[in-house]
Amino acid sequence: MIYLLSIVSFAGLVVALAAGLMVAERFLVTYGICKLDINAGEKPLEVDGGQTLLACLYANDIFIPSACGGKGTCGHCKITVTSGGGPILPTETPLLTRKEIRSGVRLACQVKVREDIYVRIPSDLLNVKMFTSTVESSVTLTYDIKEITLRLEEPAQINQRPGQYVQVQAPSPEGPVFRAYSISSPAHEPNIVQLVVRLVPGGIGSTYLHNVEPGDTVNFTGPYGEFWLNEDPLVEIVCVGGGCGMAPMANIIYTLYEKWPDRVCWLFFGCRTTKDVFYLKEFEELAKKHKNLHVVYALSDTLEEGETWDGETGFIHLSVDKYLEAGVRRQAFLCGPPLMIEAVTRVLEEKGTEDIFYDEF
Amino acid sequence: MSDTSAWVIFIAAIFTNNILLTNFLGMCSFIACSGQIKTSLGLGTAVTFVMVMTTMLNYVIYHFVLVPYGLGHLQFIVFIAVIAAFVQLVEMFVERFSPKLYFALGIFLPLITVNCAILGASLFMIIREYTFVQSVGFGLGAGIGWAVAILMLAGLRQKMRYSHVPKAFEGVPIAMIVTGVLAMAFMGFAGMVSIQ
Repeated sequence: MIYLLSIVSFAGLVVALAAGLMVAERFLVTYGICKLDINAGEKPLEVDGGQTLLACLYANDIFIPSACGGKGTCGHCKITVTSGGGPILPTETPLLTRKEIRSGVRLACQVKVREDIYVRIPSDLLNVKMFTSTVESSVTLTYDIKEITLRLEEPAQINQRPGQYVQVQAPSPEGPVFRAYSISSPAHEPNIVQLVVRLVPGGIGSTYLHNVEPGDTVNFTGPYGEFWLNEDPLVEIVCVGGGCGMAPMANIIYTLYEKWPDRVCWLFFGCRTTKDVFYLKEFEELAKKHKNLHVVYALSDTLEEGETWDGETGFIHLSVDKYLEAGVRRQAFLCGPPLMIEAVTRVLEEKGTEDIFYDEF
Repeated sequence: MSDTSAWVIFIAAIFTNNILLTNFLGMCSFIACSGQIKTSLGLGTAVTFVMVMTTMLNYVIYHFVLVPYGLGHLQFIVFIAVIAAFVQLVEMFVERFSPKLYFALGIFLPLITVNCAILGASLFMIIREYTFVQSVGFGLGAGIGWAVAILMLAGLRQKMRYSHVPKAFEGVPIAMIVTGVLAMAFMGFAGMVSIQ
């Protein structure tokens, strides 16, 4: 009897407290309708106060990047709040640099809309849309890398530039999360989006994408990214990738040769073993058609017995150093692990290349 | 039932029976948030307010709900639930009506939920069989006592930032030693008034 009474009275108390809190929340955490102004009047919105800025923007189809789902851990949802955001919160400071704090950059998932708020969002991000697509094919490239081709349904076309990425919505036990993947299909094929996905053990996004089958529906937002290909045909393009950092390179190279068939382009790709090599045949075919495309693959591990390899060996920055001459105007796009990027950046700077863009993972 | 006046209990809770320096309750936030005088003042104020309010609430719930139904053994879990809910309510209230204070307190407000001094004050109130007025005096005194203690440590730590603390004692170790010295100093008040 005493047990029953204990349980009932405790449960009753907790329910009463929770109900009281909900009532209080109803009356206390309402701020009425607040004005949300984007880019000084470019897109004035009216939103319900009390939500986070990120939720308000998503509700109005403005998809700023966010990988962690609003938990304040990824730091992707940085936007500039010019007025009405309140002081910076302790949950934001670890993810912002001093310079960003001074210029009013905030994490949209942590800022609550309490009053009229004025924000600045790069116009690129205002063009980001939510896409529905069906999986057209899923091809195994190596033992842990798959090429996923998505045919767009709604909207049916994507307006992307090489070097940009999309955020794929993947289901997780705690609700949907977004994971970023570079687009590997060229910009002149706007009906599809192709991704190159390496399986990360325990990774939410890569596990999801490795298990989709043709016909499945995949949702993603995009395109994101600030890379602009140099439009001057005399500037050489240098792509350096490592691991699975091939997706943006494929996009850059195919887009490049669609537009400028004679432009000089260097592709350096670093792998560990012959098992990691993919797309080599395709690029060699392309290089036969376009004389100025130079494809260099390098293996960093020693060959196993019985294997043959006629490409380069050693880390990829050594090959970059070996092939590139100094003093030529170049634009470089790097994609790979941080150590590789650091080493390649050093080599490129020695050769006089200033225009370096990189994608670290 | 003790017949000490609420005023005496209030004074005693600050000095002779300081909840932090004699009972060593609420040590975690005491050590963690005593880096600067400003933040410790904010935290001290918030703790004092929550302590007074929760001792009052818990007094009512204990004497008018738990005791009549013979559920005294539920006091721990019930007190914890009440404290947690009350802190949530305070947070919403402060956020709505004084955003300035809300941002000043920042993360410390929700942290109060797990401050054991708050639960300790409610439990002492039951063990020592205080009346309602005595409980209010005790809650207020204990809260102020806690705030005084953290302010003193914060002031000392701010001073210590410019002194040459031996390498092995830098940071928390020296704070613990200072706390110990503070506690011994507070023992000097022991004979002044006493509460049970």
